Amino acid sequence: MAFDLGKKNVLILGVIVVALVFLVQLFYLQILDQEYKVTAENNAYRYDVRYPARGLIMDRNKKILAGNETAYDIMITPYEVKPFDTLDLCRIFDLDYIEVREKLREYRKNRRRIGFQSLQFVKQATSIQYAIFLEKSYKFPGFSAVSRTIRNYPYNSGANLLGYITEADTSFLRKNPQYRRGDYIGKTGIEQSYEEVLKGKKGHNIFLRDVHNQVKSSFADGKYDLEAVPGMSIISTIDAELQQYGELLMKNKIGSLVAIEPSTGEILTLVSSPGIDVTKLATINKYYSELLNDPLKPLFNRAVMSPYPPGSVFKLVNALVGLEEGVLDSDTRYSCSGGYHVGRGVACHPHPSPTDLTHSIMMSCNTYYCYVFRDIIDNPKYSSVTEGFLKWKEIVESFGFGKKLGTDFPAEQGGTLPTTDMYDKIHGKNRWKSLSIISLAIGQGEIGTTPLHLANFAATIANRGYYITPHIVRGSPDTLINSEYREKNYPKVSKANFEKVIEGMYLAVNSPPGSGATASRVAVKGLDICGKTGTAQNPHGKDHSVFICFAPRDNPKIAVVAYIENAGFGATWAAPIASLLTEMYLTRKIERIDMEAYILQGNLIGNTAAR
Amino acid sequence: MIRENEYKKLDWQLILCYLVLMTIGLISIFSAVYDENHGYILDISQRYGMQFIWIITSLFIAFLVLFVINPKLYSTLAWLIYGGSLFLLLAVIFLGIEVNGSNSWFEFGPVRFQPAEISKIATTMALASLMSSYSFRLKSLNGVVKIALLILVPMAIIVMQKETGSALIYGSFIFMLYREGLSGWYLSLGILAILLFLITLSFSPFIAVIVLTSTLIIARGILTRRPLLHIFILAALLPVMILSPRMGDISSISQSVKLSDVAWLSMVIAPLFLVHLISAFKSKLKLFWNIALCFVAAVVLIFSVEFFFEKVLKDHQRARIENLLGINVDLKGAGYNVHQSKIAIGSGGFSGKGFLQGTQTKFNFVPEQSTDFIFCTVGEEWGFVGSSFLIFIYLFMIIRIFNLAEKQKDTFNRIYGYSLASILFMVIGIPLPFVSYGGSSLWSFTLFLFIFIRLDLDRWK
Repeated sequence: MAFDLGKKNVLILGVIVVALVFLVQLFYLQILDQEYKVTAENNAYRYDVRYPARGLIMDRNKKILAGNETAYDIMITPYEVKPFDTLDLCRIFDLDYIEVREKLREYRKNRRRIGFQSLQFVKQATSIQYAIFLEKSYKFPGFSAVSRTIRNYPYNSGANLLGYITEADTSFLRKNPQYRRGDYIGKTGIEQSYEEVLKGKKGHNIFLRDVHNQVKSSFADGKYDLEAVPGMSIISTIDAELQQYGELLMKNKIGSLVAIEPSTGEILTLVSSPGIDVTKLATINKYYSELLNDPLKPLFNRAVMSPYPPGSVFKLVNALVGLEEGVLDSDTRYSCSGGYHVGRGVACHPHPSPTDLTHSIMMSCNTYYCYVFRDIIDNPKYSSVTEGFLKWKEIVESFGFGKKLGTDFPAEQGGTLPTTDMYDKIHGKNRWKSLSIISLAIGQGEIGTTPLHLANFAATIANRGYYITPHIVRGSPDTLINSEYREKNYPKVSKANFEKVIEGMYLAVNSPPGSGATASRVAVKGLDICGKTGTAQNPHGKDHSVFICFAPRDNPKIAVVAYIENAGFGATWAAPIASLLTEMYLTRKIERIDMEAYILQGNLIGNTAAR
Repeated sequence: MIRENEYKKLDWQLILCYLVLMTIGLISIFSAVYDENHGYILDISQRYGMQFIWIITSLFIAFLVLFVINPKLYSTLAWLIYGGSLFLLLAVIFLGIEVNGSNSWFEFGPVRFQPAEISKIATTMALASLMSSYSFRLKSLNGVVKIALLILVPMAIIVMQKETGSALIYGSFIFMLYREGLSGWYLSLGILAILLFLITLSFSPFIAVIVLTSTLIIARGILTRRPLLHIFILAALLPVMILSPRMGDISSISQSVKLSDVAWLSMVIAPLFLVHLISAFKSKLKLFWNIALCFVAAVVLIFSVEFFFEKVLKDHQRARIENLLGINVDLKGAGYNVHQSKIAIGSGGFSGKGFLQGTQTKFNFVPEQSTDFIFCTVGEEWGFVGSSFLIFIYLFMIIRIFNLAEKQKDTFNRIYGYSLASILFMVIGIPLPFVSYGGSSLWSFTLFLFIFIRLDLDRWK
């Protein structure tokens, strides 16, 4: 050693150094570092959480669909509770006496663990209950109230779309540690998709308290208090009035009604019927099991989840594929003698024959599309049936069928398209021919499309060959929507081919009665509705009634699909409903009072009883 | 046994520290478990009432040690006491009760007793007895083996009781051995090992290896008397070592193989080590071989630390070490106590909240607050002033014992004193000797301390 301290002194020096390290640590912890002084777990401070108001959800015209109102959570601080009139408290909040006694006993048992903490005692008491409580609060030491915002719904519509809010449950909390017990979260619909935007930021007030839990003062004059930041509002693409009207039309019917603005992909209306009653939405927990057990499944959003056979509406797709593949042109004619009589055959209804492409659409001839479909699949361009089928599927998929479109609607499902594997399994490898899968010609068989798919398809035709992914949110006032909701998606069919199909759709609605046009009864003068009916057979009873349309023919403003379960012909229920919605949107009034009355009075829920 | 004039020569400074610490302990325990329904400090249904009884009985033990028991007995009976303590240590494994997962406690009615507490004293006596004999030579193989056995046997048994933390305290004998002739290099090595241990845990093995390499280069410089050269080498090498993981970014190897930071570092150090080995061969200097050995041993240590930490230590022990190092991992699991105790101590501020005014150390927010975490109560209610006062008392006590030990004419007494100071120094923290709740620990530390105070009277003969 360079200088000799003596071993004793070396040891003493070591001890001093260690003591100094501890002292420095203490100095840092107790004097310099503020973090441990204002942490929420510090019992010397009372943290009163300030809950933010959730962002509003507005319709496209900035009318409020989901607003806020104040409710009060009644908190209990067991440490401060003194004997009180339990019955009186029960009376104010409409509580069960026995349960309250049980709760209090529970608190007493856990009093060491609870300490000075406050716990939720009554959730979402109304303002009236709160007012009564305030008046009598001197009688209930240890009870206090925290204001919370809960939803209200001025428009009384769009429950399935908006989704609901619930208190975060344990599994959610485990996955999202930034949330705390007692926080509200969006569980479905827009509330869920845009939780991040809507939720806002919690704040708190800090009060200093002494060991007896008496609040002494605001800590550091509120220097560390935090204002709650309200959530950002969201402007949805929904048209509140149209949505409301759509729900009115769909009342007592099972099915979906979807309307899209073709040029933007904005969803104007999305009704799944029967849906959740908006009046139940704010306090959904109360009704949850009732809704869950309802045989009509109101929690199930048919419009974006249910894969239905598209029925004759799908003939439009086959026409477009045929045109694109060159196996068909507008002059191609096939005669129909009540059906397509090859193999098991496909029946058709009586109509003038032969038809060209336009008239096949106008009159929805099954036979015509059997020819077209077989020509697509058996196209000599391709070496095998499989190859022809894959080409067909490729074009069909390019319309968005058979997959999720990618909307901002969380529950969206993708529907189904058949695969070669599937047919190999049913018929044996390479043992199937175009005739084996002929049902696809008329939109039956192994195909499932959601109403949203069909609405998107109607919008694609209206746009003459492109679609913008449907979406329900335009953006919040401060944020723009995702860029993917601006891009145009082009199915693999050229623009000119769409015009040929549109002519048929125009005639289907606007031909004089008696001409064989399937939807002539829903024509509205001046609106130029172009549509296509569908009557989808299904194993669950009466046919589903389907109609897709857009209007006006030039520069379309709205594309609609109505899909009514077990309602029979497309022209009987779906077409009137879709056309009424179109009329309402374009003219903001209904001229066809009789048809409206007929729809509003129609109760089709009994039709499913056979299920 | 003690004469009138000797009474005045008792070291009253140590006795005063002892009394002050016990008083602080009683007040803090009172505050930690205070309940308005049991506000009387002598209420024996509460811990502070019990602690009061432990204090009275400890004073009685102190009285016995000072005035009744012949101090000659300690050196003459050292081996018997040591043997007896080993027996108790073994017996407790089979006859003891399980507390917090370790089998180290005897229970007699309301009294619990841990033989490991006695074993510290017994081992101290045995070592003192061995090393004070005329024939003993510390630097002989025979001496080293005997010392190692004396220390390692009780340590091993205590590890078997799953009280690894208590076993580690026996490491503090190294300070006493240093005083008795162990080379400072060994102490340095011991400290280096502890340092590397801490660095590995609080930072990473990567940084620990860099520190190790740098230290050894400096040591080599000092020992070969070419410090400048070695400082230059280190200055050049340090940035290369630190940046070595970045080699992956520039070289093309990393495209195909992902190497860890340590692997990159070893590419820098390996050639260096090779050069060192070659020079060791050439020069045939034993010193060079020692450095190489030291390096290898330290690297093994660093990489077994992770294993040791994860597999050998128990959760609460890990938490304590993490507490010391300031690593907070899981605030709800093992780190909960640590976090809560930091809040408690931190919230005390400069002067504290005052007696019974602590909010954190009530209602079990800090668990075990009257034993392991008693410091939280002091920190919260008496603030920086109170907690640093406590540290100063301990510091004063330990320095005082070192000084007194050095003054001893009798080797046995000196070794005893150094061992006492070393062990106190090592133990302080969690729990606090003389302060924390518990009869067994208070009794044994009283015994430990007062035997020394009594032995100290020999100076005046």
